[in-house]
Amino acid sequence: MGSAQTQIGAGDAGDRMSTLESLCSQAAAGERLALAKLLTAVERGEDLAELIPVREHSVDAWKVLGVTGAPGVGKSCLVDRLVKAWVDAGGKVAILAIDPSSPVSGGALLGDRMRMSSVDEGQDVYLRSIATRNLPGGLPARIDRMLDALVFAGFSHIIVETVGAGQSEVRIIAVADRILLVEGPARGDVIQAEKAGVMELADLIAVNKSDLEGAEKAAEEIRMSMQLSEVDDGAPVILCSAHTGDGISELVEALDNLPNARGAASARARERLLAAWTESLLLHPGWGDALKSVELGEITVREVIRDLLGHED
Amino acid sequence: MDAPLRIVIAKPGLDGHDRGAKVVARILRDSGHEVIYTGLRRTPEQIVRICTDEDAQVLGLSSLSGAHGYLFPRVCELLRESGLTDIIVFGGGIIPEDDRDEMYSSGIRAIFGPGSTSEQMKDFLNEIIRRSTEGKSDGVGSDSDWRWGCR
Repeated sequence: MGSAQTQIGAGDAGDRMSTLESLCSQAAAGERLALAKLLTAVERGEDLAELIPVREHSVDAWKVLGVTGAPGVGKSCLVDRLVKAWVDAGGKVAILAIDPSSPVSGGALLGDRMRMSSVDEGQDVYLRSIATRNLPGGLPARIDRMLDALVFAGFSHIIVETVGAGQSEVRIIAVADRILLVEGPARGDVIQAEKAGVMELADLIAVNKSDLEGAEKAAEEIRMSMQLSEVDDGAPVILCSAHTGDGISELVEALDNLPNARGAASARARERLLAAWTESLLLHPGWGDALKSVELGEITVREVIRDLLGHED
Repeated sequence: MDAPLRIVIAKPGLDGHDRGAKVVARILRDSGHEVIYTGLRRTPEQIVRICTDEDAQVLGLSSLSGAHGYLFPRVCELLRESGLTDIIVFGGGIIPEDDRDEMYSSGIRAIFGPGSTSEQMKDFLNEIIRRSTEGKSDGVGSDSDWRWGCR
């Protein structure tokens, strides 16, 4: 473990590269601390293009599952159940659990981990809590590269749990091969299921908390809405309870046998481009100064866009 | 701003009192840091694993059960055994004055008991950041005898 302790950041470029190289080989050999440090390096923006291959975005066999849904529907508890099922079946599971950063202080309280007891034991599961660092769409700029690192480290199932998302947060499809949308009983009236947004991109919809009143009705409403889809047959809807365990084996089976991704290729491409565009804006050397100037009212947003991106309108 | 510190706030052992730990987590969040809360009743082994997986730079241990005399040194020992020698550990909760020297010598760098203020905690973090930029190591595996001057 000794070498994994080496701090990245000090030393010249050659040293840095050899440190990163040894982190990569240790992470691939199953060293948790090396993997953790590798992910930190990626999160900080280290360029590992030469060390870690870019994973393939696959429409058939999936590796990366995005789990999204409104706050409080039970995403974390459901993920805990999935992790246990896949580890028991011999899989190697990693979870990136995303929570929001404060727009005021920049800090974050990352609390997904406390709801997932299955992640604190065994060599075949790894969880990393991630703060959004205030990126729109709720996905950190570097998450795509972190996923590459996890694939490189040999994980068979990788779950990205998004922040509690509303209806239009669809950035998750920029990185995930498949989308599991989690819903709960008290989801509002029938028209909620008819609205455009993430529901159109979900590959599977789990209505959690089936032990509570209203869950069955919610599932029925969503099923009916799905049947009206003219593009395809709609996503399957599964009623389950992370609390009691009811329906979990059906959910796991459905996920294991998901057909090709539903999400329109155009939507996927658009979100990928937008994510990359946002990232390049945030990593622009003039970003910090521009932000300050807008805050102080010295410059307009339009002028910033023109200066940073070279746009004339 | 530099990258925020990643801080694990943990509740070791059979102790159901986490109001204090949650308040501390909130204070640290509002100071611009990324705080991972473990939830209740974690074993020292689980806490070390969480610090490893999360690549935490700082660990805060909270105990109000009276079992700190075993749990805090045990966590420090396991951190060293697992190679997490750079992590900085602080404690909080009900830690009697008479027990504190033993806590410090096991590798704890600060203890925040009842009456501690958010300003004191922020000062502590600023101080460890300042010391680390000066190249001083106060990690649980270092031979530093530095401790934050709090009551």
